[in-house]
Amino acid sequence: MRLNAWLQDHRRVKKSRDYNFAFINEAAKREIRRKILKAVAIPGYQVPFASPELPVARGWGTGGLQLTLSLIGPEDILKVIDQGCDGSVNAVNIKKFVGQVTGVSTTTDTRQATIIQTRHRIPEEAMTRDQILVLQVPFPEALRTVEPSEAETRRMHGEADYSQMWLYLYEDIVKYGEISIGARYPVTVNGRYIMDPSPIPRWDIPKLHLAETLFLFGAGREKRIYAIPPHTRVEPLEFEDEKFRVEDFPGQACQRCGSSATFLDEIIDEASGARTYLCSDTSHCDKILAQQEEKEVRSCK
Amino acid sequence: MMQQWQPVLTIKDLTKIYGGGCPRCLEVTGPEFETNICCHCGAVVACGQVSFELYPAEVLGIVGESGSGKSTVVRLLYFDYDSSGGEIYFHNAAVSANPQVKLPQTDENLLTLNSFQKRQLRHACLGMVYQNPHLGLRMAVSSGGNIAERLIMAGCRHIGQMRGRSADLLAKTEIPVQRLDEPPRNFSGGMRQRVQIAKALSNNPVILFLDEVTTGLDLSVQARVLDLIRQLQSEFHLTVIVVSHDLGVIRLLTSRTMVMKCGRVVESGLTDQILEDPQHPYTQLLVSSQL
Repeated sequence: MRLNAWLQDHRRVKKSRDYNFAFINEAAKREIRRKILKAVAIPGYQVPFASPELPVARGWGTGGLQLTLSLIGPEDILKVIDQGCDGSVNAVNIKKFVGQVTGVSTTTDTRQATIIQTRHRIPEEAMTRDQILVLQVPFPEALRTVEPSEAETRRMHGEADYSQMWLYLYEDIVKYGEISIGARYPVTVNGRYIMDPSPIPRWDIPKLHLAETLFLFGAGREKRIYAIPPHTRVEPLEFEDEKFRVEDFPGQACQRCGSSATFLDEIIDEASGARTYLCSDTSHCDKILAQQEEKEVRSCK
Repeated sequence: MMQQWQPVLTIKDLTKIYGGGCPRCLEVTGPEFETNICCHCGAVVACGQVSFELYPAEVLGIVGESGSGKSTVVRLLYFDYDSSGGEIYFHNAAVSANPQVKLPQTDENLLTLNSFQKRQLRHACLGMVYQNPHLGLRMAVSSGGNIAERLIMAGCRHIGQMRGRSADLLAKTEIPVQRLDEPPRNFSGGMRQRVQIAKALSNNPVILFLDEVTTGLDLSVQARVLDLIRQLQSEFHLTVIVVSHDLGVIRLLTSRTMVMKCGRVVESGLTDQILEDPQHPYTQLLVSSQL
């Protein structure tokens, strides 16, 4: 039923506007899908793709947007987040754009969405095998911090010569007593390629390991697609005596929902200098709040 | 016991030609023509048809004038450059094999390995000290990190172990352990050279290449570095190739010597013999021109 309704609507849209469903033309979509298949077949390997033009400037999530647009069908339900927040400018505009060119419905509920496009966060709620998480990637090359040459990083990936990255971590530990990388923590995918998990905090790294969901990474400006298929080993780089650890927020909890088991944003009030903490994942925060209110209402009755 | 007299490295007709090259390059260059530039195609024959054998725990010297191809030979052996021709065989039967790394077979020409295998062999069995420490060290990375890099390549993932080994090696090369976390760019030339030696020794190499290690250092530092190399060589029974244009270094360190000119080996034999009774006119010139 929904499909029929959409087709009618789409014909109307097509008549009135001069672009294809989901904006990108079918040939370009097919190219992106082929590259996605290759990326899934070689977990963690960066597949070059054409990265066609969009009415969005490169560097504003065009990589993720192209993946979303080439995957989305009329039945899909889309959620877009930026730094965990459903309501920030980038997320709202991407959601609006995709809604306009496809007519799909959007949601803020992680559980409901079939495709989630995100920047810098993975939702707190565990995702299922029926969902796809699309990440916007600014710098796809994990080795760029240690090697400026693209030809050289390709050789390093080809020969699995990752000693430079390990040396970088060694130096970090020697200098600062611990690894100082906050976001973009390098991970080994399926025991082979070192991959940049896009700027997600260390908090989200364990969610990539043996997950149910397909993770797709798109870098529009750098023209690379890579993927983590479901049930793939994703291990952060760590030494035997210096283990990887996620961020901790000792004694802190979200000001709104009181949760202390989520990734918290620190908010500093400029006038008073007071620090407060809020959940980074706003829809998850809303959900917990709603549950609490429901409980209160029930207990009042 | 017989095994000890098998060569650890056999080199046959090792050749490196810069430029296009033609079939006659090797015929029209060499000491008898007083040039290493091919008159037909203009290619430079940096080293041509160099053959020799290297035996376990021996120190072999390569001596010759500037541009004679000494460094080219060791850098070809260390896989810094791709060769234009020749064969290298590595007889690892005499060597305790690291179970993690699959080393090439005795009858496998090392020059036919792919770059991954070459790198593995280099990290498992070879060490190199360059004349210019900038080539061998990362100047912005701490000295400990420089040494740890080789250990990481060998598969070590334990910070404590790596730091312990780095400190040991720095102590051996007479660098104060307090300077473990200082980058080599803060160090003097002689100290850099000693950090390089520590780095080259970190993976317990079977063969160590020393490319003009003492050139550019003042005499007292030269003496210390040479002493150190001699001491480490006898302690670890290292097989070493020493490249130098300084006959003093060759006399002090090596037991066997090859003399090179215009990319060819003109004479080889026991160091004493070469220096006391040179046969080739060029060697005679070299020995007589010593200060």
